[in-house]
Amino acid sequence: MVAADLELGHNDFAPDDASASDELLAYSVPAADGARTIEFVVPDVYCAACIVSIEAALEKLPQVTSARVNLSKRRVRVGFRPGIGSPIELAAAITASGYRNHPLDPAANSARDVALAELVRSLAVAGFAAANIMLFSVSVWSGADLPTRNLFHWVSALIALPAIVYAGRPFYRSAFAALRVGRTNMDVPITIGISLATGLSLFETITSGEHAYFDASTMLLFFLLIGRTLDHLMRERARGALGNLERLTPLGATQLRSDGTLGFIAADRIVPGMRLLIRPGDRLPVDCRIVDGTGEVDASLVTGESLPVSVAPGARLVAGIVNGAASLTVEALQPVAESFLARMATLMADAEGARTGYRRLVDRVAAIYAPVLHTTAAATFLGWGLITGNWHGALVNAVAVLIITCPCALALAVPMVQVVAAARLFRSGIMMRDGAALERAAKVDAVFFDKTGTLTLGQPSLTAQTFGDPGLAPFAAAIAAHSSHPLARALAASVGNLRPVAGDVREIPGAGVELRDGGTIWRLGNARFCGAPDETPDTAGSRVYLSSGGEVRAAFAFEDAARPDAADAIADLQQRNIDLEILSGDTPGAVAAIAHDLAIPNFKARQSPQDKLDTITAATTAGECVLMVGDGINDAPALRAAAVSVAPSDATDIGRTAADFIFTNGRLTSVPFLLDIARRAEHLVVENLSLAVIYNAVALPLAIMGFVTPLIAALAMSGSSVLVVLNAMRLNLGPQLRPANDTARTIS
Amino acid sequence: MSGLLVLIPIALMLGLGALAAFLWAVRSGQYEDLKGAAERILSDDPHDRPQ
Repeated sequence: MVAADLELGHNDFAPDDASASDELLAYSVPAADGARTIEFVVPDVYCAACIVSIEAALEKLPQVTSARVNLSKRRVRVGFRPGIGSPIELAAAITASGYRNHPLDPAANSARDVALAELVRSLAVAGFAAANIMLFSVSVWSGADLPTRNLFHWVSALIALPAIVYAGRPFYRSAFAALRVGRTNMDVPITIGISLATGLSLFETITSGEHAYFDASTMLLFFLLIGRTLDHLMRERARGALGNLERLTPLGATQLRSDGTLGFIAADRIVPGMRLLIRPGDRLPVDCRIVDGTGEVDASLVTGESLPVSVAPGARLVAGIVNGAASLTVEALQPVAESFLARMATLMADAEGARTGYRRLVDRVAAIYAPVLHTTAAATFLGWGLITGNWHGALVNAVAVLIITCPCALALAVPMVQVVAAARLFRSGIMMRDGAALERAAKVDAVFFDKTGTLTLGQPSLTAQTFGDPGLAPFAAAIAAHSSHPLARALAASVGNLRPVAGDVREIPGAGVELRDGGTIWRLGNARFCGAPDETPDTAGSRVYLSSGGEVRAAFAFEDAARPDAADAIADLQQRNIDLEILSGDTPGAVAAIAHDLAIPNFKARQSPQDKLDTITAATTAGECVLMVGDGINDAPALRAAAVSVAPSDATDIGRTAADFIFTNGRLTSVPFLLDIARRAEHLVVENLSLAVIYNAVALPLAIMGFVTPLIAALAMSGSSVLVVLNAMRLNLGPQLRPANDTARTIS
Repeated sequence: MSGLLVLIPIALMLGLGALAAFLWAVRSGQYEDLKGAAERILSDDPHDRPQ
């Protein structure tokens, strides 16, 4: 199962395994002088001693040129020379020093963030300019005489002009991009306001005028850049944490060449007819057919079936299925580009439904606000000019209107709330990818759940002993401890203290475990192995039998149990009058049982990915704002089609890519918590926007009347911005989501 | 007034110096791993020099 995969990690490469070594090489990128760099995620590092032990262990290896742990990102970057030793030894060295690790996919995690670097540089320049100009402005406001005032205006202009040209680029670019396609966004009024204020101030400086607004325009840029940078950092942090989750889709597979040798082959170079060796626990990279080997596979993330499926030579398997405990030899039937995963990706690309039409709140506000603002400024200019005939004075007043209403508080109102919300969610183990998703989440009125791995743990657990003497259960559990089959593990885990069994124990793959104790042969396994009557379709694969001497002595029933907090989460959602429905690919019996346990009246079973997608699309068309929770490959198109989507962190790669929110805390109560935060965030955004409007209602008449001086503009602007930021901080109040449970991985 | 002509360039130079220092710090990766830097000060391992 996926959860079990995560716990074991990918650090169990054997050092002599050539194909695993090649796979690791595929994760590295070339550096200078023929060396290569690879990054490993080490989720458990937290202290100085961890850094030293990992770096020392790596630097002992001859091929390592550099090793550097990044404690903030929980990663270690290693430079190595591939000629001298195998890269598998790097992973082995980290494992030997006591830390779980898995390689980081370089394609999905480019090292340098160009946009952030530009924002930080702009922020530094704007901050420098604003602080220095403010020093001069304060002297001017406190009544400098004419020559000093002129000098200070000139020095301010000298600092402001290059800074405004340089630091404003993120806004100018975005404004031009919007105007070119005939739309407006918040950056259009910002750009117009800053340009006009700077132009007028320059004119005033040249003509020895009284008021220059250089301080206002640089401070405006500074405040806006703070908002922009925080917004970017929030997304960056979510992206980094997502990058740290283990990649579950293989980069390639082990090829069985015609001469009998084994080698690693990249997934996109697999062609139909090629033979692949699928090791225990491997995920199939392409659609294929079994040539040799029998065993059980886990299709839960592909079809939603919760229990392992028995397979034999000839069986067709689709990409994404996880192999069980036996090795399988398979023949590829499709290249990667035509396999199940790729078909799901195509379905996803066509399913952008509820999102493409969505316009962010701040842009919708700007669309109303900007025309009103610009009309008012134009009217002020014309009004003063026509009444007094003093066109210069009219222009000064019009620019004052633009500056005082320049949507500083407005532009900070939404991002600040979203940044605080994202930080709050992050601390509770929920990663938010996009602020727009939070806006949509506030409107959710229907929630669709996948069953396997979402409502349930995706792992079978013992529900009852359906037959035989209950005293036999500890004995059966002790035998079961000798097998790694999911049902056997569940049986073994159901008994607290296992007593070892006497005798020879032997596991027969695909059948069960056999114990020879003197003359008695005990068998624990499936119906055929134990001589039990044939199973009905309803019980197939969910029963384990115990027999001695060919006679059945006990039977155990298993079921994929609901997550421990699923009932709480469902009850919470039902209290909010949200429609709930289960969409599962599993059998009607299994889905009905969970639906009954959790008191969800609506459920659909045996849903194909297309069926799930259609259900979501139909609900969206009917006017509902749909939230989908799912983890599987088969859920990915539905996740993409829903207005908001949530996935657990052990979801498949494709499921994670499709989701807006990913919870790493393993708790389903994340869903109501997230809706709670989204609603409170929406409330705060509305409050913030109202504050900005009230501020404008007071300041605008003063500006139109011509009472606004640069001093008043600076005070009003910083005052309203601080107010909006403080108001956003209120989102940090209120109860926290209870801490993550032990079995889940948290990333902080 | 003449004092200002000396003091203003000095003040601006100091400010520019701080700006340059900040930009250098960002570019050379000083802010890449703040948590790690805080912990590394506790280890007196000689190989553990900043890169």
